[in-house]
Amino acid sequence: MALLLSVLEQGFIYAIMALGMYITYKILDFPDMTVDGSFPMGAAIACVLITKGIHPALTLPVCFLAGAFVGMLTGLIHVKCKVRDLLSGIIMMTALYTVNLRIAGRANLPIYNMETIFDNSFVNGIFTGASADYKTVIVIILIAVVTKYLLDWYMSTKSGFLLRAVGDNDTIVTSLGVDKGLVKIVGLSIANGLVTMSGCVFAQQQRFFDISTGTGTAVIGLASVIIGTSLFKRLTFLRVTTSVVIGSVIYKGCVALAVRMGLSSSDLKLITAALFLAILVLGMERKKKVKTNADAE
Amino acid sequence: MLTLNKITKHYNPGTVNELCLFDQFDFSVKDGEFVAVVGSNGSGKTSLLNIICGSIDVDGGSILVGEQDITNKKDFLRHRRIGRVYQDPSKGTCPSMTILENMSLADNKGGHYGLRRGVNKARIAYYREILEQLGLGLEDKIHTQVGALSGGQRQAVALLMSTMTPIDFLILDEHTAALDPKTAEIIMGLTDKIVKEKQVTTIMVTHNLRYAVEYGDRLVMMHEGKVILDKSGEEKKRIDTDEIMGIFNRISVECGN
Repeated sequence: MALLLSVLEQGFIYAIMALGMYITYKILDFPDMTVDGSFPMGAAIACVLITKGIHPALTLPVCFLAGAFVGMLTGLIHVKCKVRDLLSGIIMMTALYTVNLRIAGRANLPIYNMETIFDNSFVNGIFTGASADYKTVIVIILIAVVTKYLLDWYMSTKSGFLLRAVGDNDTIVTSLGVDKGLVKIVGLSIANGLVTMSGCVFAQQQRFFDISTGTGTAVIGLASVIIGTSLFKRLTFLRVTTSVVIGSVIYKGCVALAVRMGLSSSDLKLITAALFLAILVLGMERKKKVKTNADAE
Repeated sequence: MLTLNKITKHYNPGTVNELCLFDQFDFSVKDGEFVAVVGSNGSGKTSLLNIICGSIDVDGGSILVGEQDITNKKDFLRHRRIGRVYQDPSKGTCPSMTILENMSLADNKGGHYGLRRGVNKARIAYYREILEQLGLGLEDKIHTQVGALSGGQRQAVALLMSTMTPIDFLILDEHTAALDPKTAEIIMGLTDKIVKEKQVTTIMVTHNLRYAVEYGDRLVMMHEGKVILDKSGEEKKRIDTDEIMGIFNRISVECGN
């Protein structure tokens, strides 16, 4: 039971991040490495704000905005300075390492015994007695589901249509009289906003910030997106965003199983990488991509 | 009135591959004219369209629309008043979006792409109506992804999308070249109908000499960055495909094609 709870908690926290990566990787076709820096940035901001006595609920919008700003910078580097997509992300990721250390003031910052979005007078007032064990997972699922619906709503707006169009065929965005660079920047902003918010929730669940939490974020996010989109490809009634959320939970389940089978937690990154490779190969994602690029129709 | 004034364009300047395509090139199109442009590969037809649309920069000269100088205007800003259909049918539509979503996008061209609903339900009846006029049965498929349509169907949708909002110019870049002969015929007929209905100034680049002779009210042949034949009005009506073919072969032989 504890294992299941932990998988659900982790899965839904990373689902928020995976929704962001779905925008960059699937919609914009932009392998965004910025997330390795923007995820821990969310953790750093959350821990600092909470230590300063700010209400934990406020950390979410603050982190989203901070992440959106960082995503905008990646977009500007890519669009205005014409740096390749992968490199733009790597530049930002590297720069953010220092920024995160500066925000937190040190390499790790615990927030034990402080109020978090899971542990405050409001939440504790609702969940009393036996249900208190489930309050964390319920709050996390609530945040993830609301985020998913907000993203679905955005995708159905005119602005969201443009975002989908720019990844599909950026020529048409120009034909519509819109600056395609601007649309990409907006997409990267929303994506990194979500990733940073995910880092914010993560830090409050773990109750600490650690500078190394960001390593491998991009890989975890991509794995979740690919699992979700390829497993549920044929289930057309399922929205892609829903698939991505489920993909993230499945991914965390796989990692938990691997640890259960005797691998130690220091092996985690290796498991992450191996699992990602397996998913890429099994999902035939690579082959499909090459093929669609080849016949360009 | 569209005027290209003394346009100069070099490719790969400063290298051994330097190529001067246009040198003091002048060209103008009157309002409401339907110009068909033909010419061999490398004659500058597509570059001409790209220069008008702002997809490539010029090294010298100016581009005027009426009295307004648009030489330094960004491509996407120019496209607000230009409709463009490409040779590749996938360029004019978004494959992962439905016909309805594609048409809604195009319908909002020039407007604000904000947080309002992407599809305006009140317009669906109108979309169906114009799709019905194509005679391809697409009005019953508005929830189908455009990527699932054939090249001809996509090109028909692209043509509708490019002419949905008021435009000053319709730019057709070999828009029938990737289609089979029968579909090309349908698309060409449709183009003519739309151009006549909307009375929009049109520049059509084509490799099909017969289309150039049959459609439009002016025929321009280009060769090595120069206009070598320019017929309009009664003169245009008198020329036939064989005559054009003859000139075309002569210039092709000269440059060893």
